[in-house]
Amino acid sequence: MRNAAPTGFAAGPSDTLARVTPRKPLRAKLASSVSNGAAALSRATGRGDGAVIGGRLGLMIDPDLLAHLSGGRRIALISGTNGKTTTTRLTTAAVGVLGPVATNSLGANMPTGHTSALAKAGDTPYAVLEVDEHYLPRVITATSAEVVALLNLSRDQLDRAKEVAMMAQLWRDALAGKPVHLVANADDPMVTWAASVTDQVTWVAAGQRWHDDSWVCPNCGGAIERVEVSVEEPAAATAVEPAVAGEPGGEAEPGAGAETGGEPTAGEPSGAEVVAVELASQPTIGSGGGAPDADWHCTNCDLRRPTPQWTIDGTAVVDPKGRRHEITLQLPGRVNRANAAVALAVAAWFGVDPADALPRLTEVASIAGRYAQVVRDGKTIRLLLAKNPAGWLEAFDMADVAPTLLSINARDPDGLDTSWLFDVDFSPLAGRPVLITGDRAFDLAVRLDVNEIPFRHVRTFNEALAATPPGRLEVIANYTAFQDIRAELDRVN
Amino acid sequence: MSTESALRIVWVYPDLLSTYGDRGNLLILSRRADLRGLPVECCEVRSDQPVPVDADIYLLGGGEDGPQALAAERLIADGGLGRAVDRRAVVLAVCAGYQLLGESFFAKGQRCAGLGMLDIRSDRGPSRAVGELAGEVDPELGLPTLTGFENHGGRTHLGPGVRSLAKVTAGVGNDGATEGAWSGSVLGTYSHGPALSRNPALADLLLRWATGIETLDPLDDTWSGKLRGERLGAVRAG
Repeated sequence: MRNAAPTGFAAGPSDTLARVTPRKPLRAKLASSVSNGAAALSRATGRGDGAVIGGRLGLMIDPDLLAHLSGGRRIALISGTNGKTTTTRLTTAAVGVLGPVATNSLGANMPTGHTSALAKAGDTPYAVLEVDEHYLPRVITATSAEVVALLNLSRDQLDRAKEVAMMAQLWRDALAGKPVHLVANADDPMVTWAASVTDQVTWVAAGQRWHDDSWVCPNCGGAIERVEVSVEEPAAATAVEPAVAGEPGGEAEPGAGAETGGEPTAGEPSGAEVVAVELASQPTIGSGGGAPDADWHCTNCDLRRPTPQWTIDGTAVVDPKGRRHEITLQLPGRVNRANAAVALAVAAWFGVDPADALPRLTEVASIAGRYAQVVRDGKTIRLLLAKNPAGWLEAFDMADVAPTLLSINARDPDGLDTSWLFDVDFSPLAGRPVLITGDRAFDLAVRLDVNEIPFRHVRTFNEALAATPPGRLEVIANYTAFQDIRAELDRVN
Repeated sequence: MSTESALRIVWVYPDLLSTYGDRGNLLILSRRADLRGLPVECCEVRSDQPVPVDADIYLLGGGEDGPQALAAERLIADGGLGRAVDRRAVVLAVCAGYQLLGESFFAKGQRCAGLGMLDIRSDRGPSRAVGELAGEVDPELGLPTLTGFENHGGRTHLGPGVRSLAKVTAGVGNDGATEGAWSGSVLGTYSHGPALSRNPALADLLLRWATGIETLDPLDDTWSGKLRGERLGAVRAG
């Protein structure tokens, strides 16, 4: 096991040397071997991907197995409510510039999955692990991770998840005094507060389109105010006074919030001819979302958006030296360019030049079915996973304007409460032919009706296919609904 | 409400009380008024803004302990909601919002003062109530079976000044026997889903209370009808 003060951390980002692998105790070797055998059995019997069972058995034999398996590797952890699996994959690709990387690529993101992944990978100089946000404190300790990426925090699985502010507190407590370097999302107030407990942070403007879980400052309970930097044509640009902190509440029009839903959403800065117009923002009636990269500050204390070292500018990522890197991804949407920026920032900490990593990011096509494209009956089906309101807002941004199938379940892994459908504004789907299915299609039907989005209900995926003309079909589904459709497509990866 | 002016619906403190799709109740009320040709003006009031006194319907949603306690403090200090209720404005409050309309509630391990608009007191139950909730509604309200999803740790005790919204047939509600409470034009419930998506007749009741219109034009409720059938069926099967 490594000590609490890893040499690689002290040496800083330019140190790309792998540590010497320490010898594992006999018990760890045995546990690791049993772990691999069980995983092979699980796959062979068709009972699972084998990503969890092996780790579970191994941990029973050696509870410190994860620590033993972590020894000698430089480890990065990736956590947050959304984008973990994708960012882990992109980071693994980027760090791969330096040599072999162990990773839990199947999304098994709890300690059993980490143990299984490391045991399976054998000795590698690097590991990049996706971590369930609840388990992050434990896994930081067990793996003596050197760098931790914090993506975002938002509501997920309403009936059982921790309150978002409590999760931020859990992270903040876990990170205090730990010798880890953080790569953190400056656009998410909850992440910012959790990360700002240390000064070892690389800030990335990774975006957070979902705003409804961070109107209240986690530090002091004051109101968080956002100033959206929207882009308009110069002729249309008018001087708009940004809302100022400390503006007396009594002056606020009670109806003011109602109008903001109709305002143009922030586009992506794409050239010199655009002019930024600042729009003060507060919760909106129509949706819990807004501009992904709005500037924000607490109106009561000094918590505010840190100046990010890594930013997204249109289709490029700008690194701390101000160099623009055009990002060509097979993965759609702004959010994946942001995930790529996080991956590049983590890799840079290990000494990877972004220019060397970019071609590897371009190769990533799909992750455990996410973004996978399958051609069936002349239709090109693309699978998008969206598990919670924040994820749905991003999915609408990613999806092409094409026939779209929405599928909703409310089984255990999804969370049992479907109320969150009303936190999602489905109006970006206006004009697209919409099909709905899933266990809880009727909840979705009522939601779309209120949203004035026409739709057609289908009972099965095949019925949806039959109802779709040749060409693109976008599928957006929550967790178990996604897995059901993936099974229809022969468990496409 | 005069016939000239728009129906004004206020969403109270969405920055603190909006955890379970509570925005849905606002969207549904607004849509159902709109479909009847009733002009509607929706607004939201953040917790650092004064609550207007002259609106027609006020909505309060759910929230965790900290925001709930803060919302109660600020609403008591503001006083606007109380004055609105004095002039018979309609209130729909859900979960944490329902509890804080009462005399007292529990948050963060201590008893907190409520707004005293409903004769109810809430404390902690032995376990968290999470799951489908159904009940037969007080006949005086003339509504079909209530259906919703509940998720709360509180138990609510009704005083003589209120009537229960429903007798529980599935789930816990206030205490396993009754669910929700109402008095005059103030109505509280533990149901989300959101409540009005599964109970359009309750939405129309609030609209009738607020407008004084006795009979509203019927709407096509095919999908909410199917949703109700499915959820009530699941409760019976469960």
